Amino acid sequence: MNPADPALTICARGLSRRFGTHVAVHPVDLDLRRGEVLGLLGPNGAGKTTTMQMLTGNLAPTTGEIRICDIDLLAAPAQAKARIGYLPETPPLYREMQVGEYLQLVVRLHRVPKARRTDAVTRAMARCGLAATGKKLIGALSKGYQQRVGIAQAIVHEPDIIILDEPTVGLDPNQILDIRALIRELGDKHCVILSTHILPEVEAVCDRVQIMHHGAVVYNNTIAGLRDFQRGRTVTISLQRPPAIEILQGIAGVAAVESAGNGSFRLRFSPDNDPTPALISRAGAEDWGLQQLTPAQTSLEDVFVQLTRDEATP
Amino acid sequence: MIFTIASKELRALFVSPLAWLVLAAVQVILGYGFLKRLDDFLQIQSQLAQLASPPGFTELVAAPTYAMTAAVLLFAVPLLAMRMIAEERRNRTLTLLLSAPVSMTEIVIGKFSGLMAFLLIIILLVLAMPLTLAGGTQLDFGLLAALTLALLLLAAGFAAVSLYASSLTGQPIAAALIAFGLLLAMLLMGETASDSLRERGWLVPAAFAQVFSPLRNFEPLGRGILDSYAIICPLLLTAGFLLLAIRRLDGQRLRG
Repeated sequence: MNPADPALTICARGLSRRFGTHVAVHPVDLDLRRGEVLGLLGPNGAGKTTTMQMLTGNLAPTTGEIRICDIDLLAAPAQAKARIGYLPETPPLYREMQVGEYLQLVVRLHRVPKARRTDAVTRAMARCGLAATGKKLIGALSKGYQQRVGIAQAIVHEPDIIILDEPTVGLDPNQILDIRALIRELGDKHCVILSTHILPEVEAVCDRVQIMHHGAVVYNNTIAGLRDFQRGRTVTISLQRPPAIEILQGIAGVAAVESAGNGSFRLRFSPDNDPTPALISRAGAEDWGLQQLTPAQTSLEDVFVQLTRDEATP
Repeated sequence: MIFTIASKELRALFVSPLAWLVLAAVQVILGYGFLKRLDDFLQIQSQLAQLASPPGFTELVAAPTYAMTAAVLLFAVPLLAMRMIAEERRNRTLTLLLSAPVSMTEIVIGKFSGLMAFLLIIILLVLAMPLTLAGGTQLDFGLLAALTLALLLLAAGFAAVSLYASSLTGQPIAAALIAFGLLLAMLLMGETASDSLRERGWLVPAAFAQVFSPLRNFEPLGRGILDSYAIICPLLLTAGFLLLAIRRLDGQRLRG
């Protein structure tokens, strides 16, 4: 990987952070390419927030270097920070300000030229569904709307890089879908780092996943590559009139069958040999009374649990 | 950028009831003090006229009012400054400023400027009181200018100390108490220290101690004497504590 790659918007090398004797983040590398949405996962206390604070210049790394669009964050913080939009865990909102007024302050702080300010604020409010709340006091908004203001704050100056620390916390399901769509949309023009606990969210919006555990990166792969990470895949079926387990085992491609009781079976198979079509036609032809056929959906969850649970938490 | 932060701070002061309360209380206290002095002055005016070179209105009424303002600022400034950094830290809004392409120096100077703009309003209201009598009496405009300058310098020193106190903690009330304690310690000890050091002939330490005695530096200007050292000292005090506040915020980024 060439650090001077122009498509690389964030290039962090050997980033580590120590608080006294406690090592919060071991040396980690992190790359972000233009148009990419990176999901940063990990259990609580894994060092996600610390990493994000270092990437945004809120915390100085103990070791390592960070280049933002080929600008050294530590040597030229002002130029580098101008390219980042950051939503921390707690949105940095001034409760006594109106939404529009607050976003005006944010664009001024980010040195957006005067002529573009009003435009930028209007667009960010429209994107985050805040068009009707411009005159409301932030303190009077509900948690979900405050979260939207927090996101608007991170994108209002059209940064190259958007860093969102748990952006969908405290939102209702509809709002979560809205925000996911927004993040996907942002990923087209900008690039996004997203930290979250909600794994389906990562599968829904991210191109690449990095899992952190005890301050180290334990997994770094694209969502597409995730499938290969798991050697075999599984499918769960439930049948009203199940045949003998040996018959299921005999279907081409099925590697192993486990009975889950009540006519349910868990079938494992290798990714290049999917037995599902054969299974359905056999079930129809031999009248097994197929009720349900579910491919395993939580592949990321499996990876996550596998990687972050094997060691006992100290 | 400094202006953006300063105007945000000034606005934040004016949306909180505290700033209005401080303005009202200061005005009531000083207004009463001013009128009381004026009353006394009018009673002894005939006796004064018999003196060869009698002290005028500015000296007898305006100057004490300014001295009283100095005492009021000792209480008001820590209260006004306490939220500036401490509350932003507690509410996690400091992140907004730290993530923006703004330097620590700009943040601290911006906040200081916002506070000074507010204090300037108090000082101008104080100045307005003697000016209302400009039509009825002969004002010593030179002395008034010196008094206003003295008050500005004093306020700047108080503001810098209070802002530093606010950068030390996440609790606004604790910040106000720290600031008040620091200022009080300076008022009580700074003067004694610089006097006793000078008596022993240690002129350099005495000069250093004078930086930390705001009232001693207020006096010469308050009598209309332009003592350059008394002007430089409060400026040094202001710059010193602003620097400490900047370092404190920077240290937080480094140490976490």
